[in-house]
Amino acid sequence: MRARVLVRPKEGILDPQGQAVERALPALGFQGVSHVHVGRLVELEVDDPARLPEMCERLLANPLIEEYEIVSEGS
Amino acid sequence: MKFGVIRFPGSCDEVDALQAAARVGDAVLLWHADRDLHGVDAVVVPGGFSYGDYLRAGAIARFAPVMEEVSEFANAGGLVLGICNGFQVLCEAGLLPGALLPNLSLRFVCRQVGLEVVDNDSAFTRACDEGQRLSIPVKHTTGRFYAPADELDRLEAAGQVLLRYAPGENPNGSLRDIAGVRNERGNVFGLMPHPEHAVDPLTGSTDGLKIFESMRTHVADRVLV
Repeated sequence: MRARVLVRPKEGILDPQGQAVERALPALGFQGVSHVHVGRLVELEVDDPARLPEMCERLLANPLIEEYEIVSEGS
Repeated sequence: MKFGVIRFPGSCDEVDALQAAARVGDAVLLWHADRDLHGVDAVVVPGGFSYGDYLRAGAIARFAPVMEEVSEFANAGGLVLGICNGFQVLCEAGLLPGALLPNLSLRFVCRQVGLEVVDNDSAFTRACDEGQRLSIPVKHTTGRFYAPADELDRLEAAGQVLLRYAPGENPNGSLRDIAGVRNERGNVFGLMPHPEHAVDPLTGSTDGLKIFESMRTHVADRVLV
């Protein structure tokens, strides 16, 4: 099965990358943008999707500082 | 006293760490794929970019074969020092609390910083005076120490914060100016500054030697007891 894992900084943790993007957008004329967060996208093909949460907890994300979301293809 | 300094693919400070350790004791290199610590009294996890740090700093190296041995060694009370990338590896491995995030500036910082010894009642700072100021360089992009607020309160109350950046010297946005923390038991310590780069008057400071001297004294005392 194909799956996507979205990893983003946890709510409440300062995200300087998101802030830099948020500051840059108005400079290009894009007003009204807020709460920008920059994360990471991992695309993968897995035989056993039931193991995805464990993969996220142990390697793909650091649960102390990041949250992850598993999106199965087609969902 | 024999120090073992781990070399991962992508390490870059292991030779300086080896030479710094050799000023206070014997020192050997340990290979990342080797499941043997060769009878060392203390392990140094050095700076660099282990396995390229491609996913997240320290995330891959924690699964290196040698790290299983390091975990066992630490759980048995052995001294483990993590410097910069080594600090990141030990946090990822769960041997130290917290995590290291990208610098607030999003820039690589490389400069001498002033540190304050918060607690000298430890295996890693006992050669220092409490409140003593040390001058040691930092060089990193991912050095912003983070832990949830209640965890930070707990670390401070338990005396696990050993080093802070001196007022106005925080180079990365670390919470509460934390530069180095130890585990609860006191035998594992990680710091972002590089003590191994401050061991010779030629480079401006020998304050880094205090960390290695502390470890040597600690091991010598333990052998005598």
